[in-house]
Amino acid sequence: MSGEAVAFYVLAAITLASGVVVVTSPNLVHSAVALVPALLGVTGIYILLNAEFLAGIQVLIYAGGITVLILFVIMLTDGGTGLRVPQRNEQGPIGAALAAATAGLLIAVATRTPWAQGAGTLPSYTPGAIGQSFLGPNVLVFEGTSVLLLVTLVGAILIARKEE
Amino acid sequence: MLLDWEYVAVFVFVGAAMVSLPFLIIALVSPRSSYPHKRETYESGVAPIGQAWSQFNVRYYLFSLMFVVFDVEIIYLYPWAVVARSLGASAFYSVLIFLAILVLGLVYAWRKGALEWT
Amino acid sequence: MPWYVELARAVVGTIIIFSAVAIVAAMLGVLLERKISAWIQSRIGPTHTGPRGLLQTVADTIKLLQKEYIVPQNADAVIFASAVVVVPLAALLDYVVLPFGTTRWGPLIFRDLNIGVLYFAATSSLIVVGILMAGWGSNNKYALLGGLRSAAQMVSYEIPIGLVLVTISMLAGSLSTVTIVHAQSRLWFIVSQPVSFVIFFIAATAEVNRAPFDLVEAESELVAGYFSEYTGMRFALFQLGEYGEMFAMAALAVTLFFGGWQGPGLPSVVWFLIKLYALVFVFMWVRWTYPRFRIDQLLRFSWKVLIPVALLNLVVTAYFVIVRG
Repeated sequence: MSGEAVAFYVLAAITLASGVVVVTSPNLVHSAVALVPALLGVTGIYILLNAEFLAGIQVLIYAGGITVLILFVIMLTDGGTGLRVPQRNEQGPIGAALAAATAGLLIAVATRTPWAQGAGTLPSYTPGAIGQSFLGPNVLVFEGTSVLLLVTLVGAILIARKEE
Repeated sequence: MLLDWEYVAVFVFVGAAMVSLPFLIIALVSPRSSYPHKRETYESGVAPIGQAWSQFNVRYYLFSLMFVVFDVEIIYLYPWAVVARSLGASAFYSVLIFLAILVLGLVYAWRKGALEWT
Repeated sequence: MPWYVELARAVVGTIIIFSAVAIVAAMLGVLLERKISAWIQSRIGPTHTGPRGLLQTVADTIKLLQKEYIVPQNADAVIFASAVVVVPLAALLDYVVLPFGTTRWGPLIFRDLNIGVLYFAATSSLIVVGILMAGWGSNNKYALLGGLRSAAQMVSYEIPIGLVLVTISMLAGSLSTVTIVHAQSRLWFIVSQPVSFVIFFIAATAEVNRAPFDLVEAESELVAGYFSEYTGMRFALFQLGEYGEMFAMAALAVTLFFGGWQGPGLPSVVWFLIKLYALVFVFMWVRWTYPRFRIDQLLRFSWKVLIPVALLNLVVTAYFVIVRG
């Protein structure tokens, strides 16, 4: 097995294991902290796909920003008291069935799609190439994103201030 | 390029090991005499009052949310910065619009007092 | 090169960097701080241990190593323990992209990543998570409060740093630190971008929780802030994280503004170290000169002053570089 394949399996294992902790841990802070290895696992996979820039921003925004945000929120609420939240309720079996069905669907789609098998190396996703794409053909998306960010900011402030 | 990151991965693992090394030394060398009072949490020398995890204000949330929004903005600026010169003036004006919209957000936050810590 | 040689290079490089940072930043750095603060305050500082007090931090470290490992009751053991590893590790990860000099085989850097400065910003932001873990995991009101405030402060000052990094990357046309140094071969960026440097310096001081932005760990304030409950060596590891990060910020400033390792006559590494220590000296000088900011002043300053100035600086620089050529 090639080194890259090994790396992929290791990263996938880390991501999935951490993901399981995030979803099932009764302690909310443990849940939030377990997000970090999960996100770092995904970062590793981005690197394997030659997307260095994406990996960098994944760590910067997700592991460094969103995790902090989530931790603040958890500490602001009862979750921060180490309260143990029960992880099962009467909807368990239905949830499990739905999850299995969705997983089955995704696996079926993934294995049956004729993915384009490109020979040679992966395309390069350098910051320069991304920049040229944003400000060239995708400039409307670029501007749209700033509007999206503005809306997020205004919305959050509105909601948060109303609570006071 | 992948090689670069393999080096970084080695750095992380060897680094984590080196940082954990002192613990090994501590386990071997330090005294062990635990009694209940030693493990009490510190509150200026008196017995701790109340729960440690108390309710906090929404301001922490607002600051970290603003951080995420502006951080994403910076994320969009990096790719532009790298090719800024070659893309020329029209790209610069697009970015100016981008920044202006976000500055609007900052001004809104300012006016609504979200930037105050009280 | 065969893989085992690459692996050996990586491992040896890591050990060298970690040891160098532990010695230079943590040990010598702490000593330097004490000597400089003494000098500014008209006293002498440690002179007893070793020649002129040079072995003081070694003695302190040995002392700390044999302190008892106390975990406060009701502390969250897993998170409490992991935080100690996360903070110094994240700080040390910064050093991967810092170029210390140049040799005839190429620049003296662990790895010149294509996303250089972005990587630096990303690893710096991981420290915040470690601090929150430490604060919360201690089950101590002061530690938690200290951790939350520290996090709010660091996060607010990461934005100006990011904006400065974007500005410099624009001038150099790349995110790679080595390219940025090469781009200064004719003129150091401190000359063309003094405002950027000032913003960076102020924001970096706040980012590392140093005075005048050290409200969260000042002796007279919240005990020791987020690391109140950590005894012995673990306390030392947090200090390693803080001083390591300060030296990393100083080294980044040398790379971004002072031409990195470039200089006539002396070997490149020597120039780098001279500039690095000059900047560290300024960091320390600032600490012992200015009174402390309150948390609300601190945060207001970042969002209402530094960020608008940094944005303006970016736009004006871009205008002159792009539109006026």
